[in-house]
Amino acid sequence: MRREVPLTITAIVGFTLIIAYFVPHAPFSDVRDLFSDWFMVIAAFAIYLGILNLLKINVDKVYKKRPGWGFSIVTILGFFLFVYIGIREGRDFGEFGTRYYWLYDRIYYPLMAAMFAILAFFIASASYRAFRARNLEATILLLAAFFVMLGRVPIGYYLTTWLPEGWRMGNIADWIMDFPQTAGQRAVMIGIALGIVSTSLRVILGIERAFLGGE
Amino acid sequence: MKSSKSKSLKEKLSLIVLILLFNFILLFSIAIAQEELIVPKDTIPPASPTNVGAFDTPNDRGRSITITWEKSKDDGTGANDVKGYEILRATEADGEYELIGSSASGAQKFTDNNVTDGKEYFYKINVTDGINYSLSFPSLPAMSKAQWFNLSRLNIFVFVVVLSFAILYFINRAKAGKKLYIRKIAGLEAVDDAVGRATEMGRKIFYIPGISDMDNMQTIAGVTILGRVAKVAAEYEARLEVPVSRSMVMVTCREVMKGAYTDAGRPDAFNEDLVYYLTDDQFGYAAAVDGLFVREKPAAIFLQGQFYAESLILAETGNSVGAIQIAGTAAPAQIPFFIAACDYTLIGEELFAASAYLSKDPKLLGSLKGQDVGKFIFLAAIVIGAILLSLGVYDISPLFSAG
Repeated sequence: MRREVPLTITAIVGFTLIIAYFVPHAPFSDVRDLFSDWFMVIAAFAIYLGILNLLKINVDKVYKKRPGWGFSIVTILGFFLFVYIGIREGRDFGEFGTRYYWLYDRIYYPLMAAMFAILAFFIASASYRAFRARNLEATILLLAAFFVMLGRVPIGYYLTTWLPEGWRMGNIADWIMDFPQTAGQRAVMIGIALGIVSTSLRVILGIERAFLGGE
Repeated sequence: MKSSKSKSLKEKLSLIVLILLFNFILLFSIAIAQEELIVPKDTIPPASPTNVGAFDTPNDRGRSITITWEKSKDDGTGANDVKGYEILRATEADGEYELIGSSASGAQKFTDNNVTDGKEYFYKINVTDGINYSLSFPSLPAMSKAQWFNLSRLNIFVFVVVLSFAILYFINRAKAGKKLYIRKIAGLEAVDDAVGRATEMGRKIFYIPGISDMDNMQTIAGVTILGRVAKVAAEYEARLEVPVSRSMVMVTCREVMKGAYTDAGRPDAFNEDLVYYLTDDQFGYAAAVDGLFVREKPAAIFLQGQFYAESLILAETGNSVGAIQIAGTAAPAQIPFFIAACDYTLIGEELFAASAYLSKDPKLLGSLKGQDVGKFIFLAAIVIGAILLSLGVYDISPLFSAG
């Protein structure tokens, strides 16, 4: 029963949603929204499990003085600070001018932006490794990257203004992006779409059940 | 002296009178202008829209009528002074029309989503240049109703049916004992090596199942692969940790790992705390996982599931600590990042094939063979489409567009 019940629910919900995609008539037209709402409700309840787990792991880490326990104190304090201020501010806690907004704008947002900004440096280090001409494929990749990167910046334009229109750096970059890149990406996307259909079918039919645990 | 003083006074008085007179004339002119006595008022209304039609919106769940009309002759041409259109509705042709919406100039279509199925409605279009209005003739009656099949998705339906039958056919063949060939996937072959390396080095393995929830097929695929990795880790007695960014993924991963450890004969080695929640926030999660990578220096890292901009942040940090990294995603924009930063990458469909590949279950392998039929259909369509387009036949594109 531990497996039959989830598999039956999966099959019923899966087939109903497939039918709803093709049949706009009631009652199928409403089940999509209904199931989506149910998922949101379940996910909302599940967040408490996540919060409890977060606190349990970090309190345990501080209590046992495990390596990095100082970070756990910051996590716990940060969590309670945001919750406390959010509750104090009431229903409009996220509005401009509230203390919660201040915390969000002055602490959370800059931290998030800083993490995102690190990506720029990681792109440089990853490109350095990826664009080494070790073999034919890597050399093609290097050349494509050379044209695309230079073709996207003003210096690429100024360096090749003497060339006839259509042969300039920007034109070559556009051609690479419009044809070989698009063709390759579409091939990957066709494979992905087929993979999703196949996996969905396996899950709905109960052939794929590893996500329920065990063989 | 007296006469010169009175003369000066007279001059001053005449100047004041002159100024007052000038001001009076100026104010009077402005008043006349404001009364639009000088600038003639636009009294010519724009030409009214024609051919107003209303029909049930096709392929929908009902409660919707689409209204179309031909633009006013003064919209884009003629006086070119049309500011917009107002859509009026009534339940009788000569009844009282109420305003239900408006469109900007140039519009020729409006969808009324506030109607009752099975009830007749009439529509008129009112065009305006900001001052004058011109009303169209009413449309013929229209009635909304729900459709039983979305015909704009017929092509997808046909394709899904063909693909499903192909997959089921090959699953049955596989069940009957037919040997099916599946090409080697280097990333999946390396799973045992990666886990073995972690065991030998006495370091942890981190498994990152993406940042999406369980309603994403990539997360399901990632969690499925986790089951196989956890089983190998349990057999090798390696420590596998799964930091997650969604509570529901945490619960699912726990069940999967528990099952895998039990299947490996090591239920005692499983501890619920091996799977833990960090945060739902994208970059907060990336920061926390990066911190774990840097502090714990794992020997192997698996990145399997849906990733966004954090993909390279995670993969490059993993690379910097010297871990063997096996990534897999079906997010086309993140695949190049993983290829650049990881040792092995499951590209797109390989992520979904991983479960079948690792389990060697004939039923799952059969479904992969069924996918090949889908690929053949796509390839045939691409080749035929390219030939027809080269020959100047352009009418085939709608066959591949979905509503």
